[in-house]
Amino acid sequence: MTNPLKCNFCSKPATVHLTQIINNTVHKVDLCEECAQKKGVTDPSGFSLADLLLKASLNPEAEAGVVRCEQCGLTQADFKKLGRFGCPACYEAFKDMLEPMLAGMHKGSIHQGKIPRVALSRKSLSDRLTKLEVDLTEAIKSERYEEAARFRDEINQVKQSVSPKPSP
Amino acid sequence: MPLTIASLLSSCSELNDNASSKTAIVLTTRVRLARNLAGQPFPGWARPGQREKVLELCREAAVSTSALKRGWSLAIGDLGELEKQILVERHLISRELGGTPQGSGVVISKDQTFSVMVNEEDHLRIQILRSGFQLKKAWAAIDELDSALEERLDFAFNPTLGYLTACPTNLGTGLRGSAMMHLPALVIAGQMEKVVRAVNQLGMVVRGLFGEGSDASGSIFQISNQTTLGESEQDIIKRLASVLQSIIEHELNAREKLLEADSGKLFDKIGRAYGILQNSHLLSSGEAMNLLSLIRLGVDLGVFAEGYRSVIDRLLIEAQPGHLQYARKGEFEPGQRDLFRAELLRGEFANLGRPVFTGAAQGKN
Repeated sequence: MTNPLKCNFCSKPATVHLTQIINNTVHKVDLCEECAQKKGVTDPSGFSLADLLLKASLNPEAEAGVVRCEQCGLTQADFKKLGRFGCPACYEAFKDMLEPMLAGMHKGSIHQGKIPRVALSRKSLSDRLTKLEVDLTEAIKSERYEEAARFRDEINQVKQSVSPKPSP
Repeated sequence: MPLTIASLLSSCSELNDNASSKTAIVLTTRVRLARNLAGQPFPGWARPGQREKVLELCREAAVSTSALKRGWSLAIGDLGELEKQILVERHLISRELGGTPQGSGVVISKDQTFSVMVNEEDHLRIQILRSGFQLKKAWAAIDELDSALEERLDFAFNPTLGYLTACPTNLGTGLRGSAMMHLPALVIAGQMEKVVRAVNQLGMVVRGLFGEGSDASGSIFQISNQTTLGESEQDIIKRLASVLQSIIEHELNAREKLLEADSGKLFDKIGRAYGILQNSHLLSSGEAMNLLSLIRLGVDLGVFAEGYRSVIDRLLIEAQPGHLQYARKGEFEPGQRDLFRAELLRGEFANLGRPVFTGAAQGKN
């Protein structure tokens, strides 16, 4: 609470300033519009500053940073601080937060442009290969040799199509 | 090719050697694509070892493409401050990349049109720089290089969100198209603010010569698209092109109006600029840019011979601090830069023909 102009929860400019006296102690809190909404500050009947302050001091990440990207460890609080994601998987992890953000940021929320066809087909082929190899092992294990032969042929086919071409 | 700044400066470059009447208002066009590798943390969040690995993968992929095969592949950590500054002044790397620690690099094509920055904000920032107003051609060329890189690298891509980038503002196409525009008449007429506001409303951004936070000395502005998701690359390019076209028309109108209303005042500015460039002994970077900008306007109006233009465009780069310092080698002290800049420009302008104002008043563009 060093800078009274900033929201106590995120670092956006604070527009809502609140003072309550609880047990003869003055409590002050500064919030931005968004956090004020989220925490119900705009609804005075159901709101207790004491609860808010308690939560904030006991666990600063409880409100702002519970969501964490399993892949790279970035939290929502990290994102708010840096303005950048940690890895491609963050887009899945922070989906809920991202969706409303994108609406104000871009022309639309669905990609209309180029698709990396080569890379995607390479990936789908390698996924296919992994699956075929599992199928083959299964088939051999359960002595379904006719099927196994079919899987083996298919694997060879896929391998041929993914073998790297000499660069131009 | 081993990377030396000398070899870079002595090679022909798109930026320096293609000036013509076609580059009158739009000096250069740039398109960049942001790309990242699947399964790798973005550069700002990656550990040093991860950055090194990505750098190696990307550099290897880049130098194997036909566009970049015979160019320069540089690690930023191997470059001195001066070398980095020269690359920034030539728009081949960003200031941000120059400031990134270990594990970042750049691959530059032989003709200095393509540059691929590695581990800037994203793993890859693929850029093309063309002289004049060539957005569509620039897109076609960068699309091809991107496809060539895609054959070698697995890009982070999501069918709904498109190419995934460190900052969600680049999401989708990852495309930023921009044009460097010389708009002296709009500046003189005090209309730039209005133009900036109108351009912003159309989803485009106006910045100074060196991007974010830089000033617009020399009346040179960068105009680029703001949004990257929800539109195809072709549509973004088309929309940007139509905004640029309308800015060009406004600039031409402003020039005509200036000539009609008070050609004496305009010619006085141009004539004085010529006089100062021929005779001054101390020139700051900002003042030099503004004077060169007026001479460039003079070329457009027919006051100076057409051949001037390429000289001016070269000087706009050579008068930058890094280039100046490099040309002067060791004999450089901080306070002397303005002295040397004036000396350089005096030398160049001693041999350039005098302005001829008759005939220019008819509004030759």
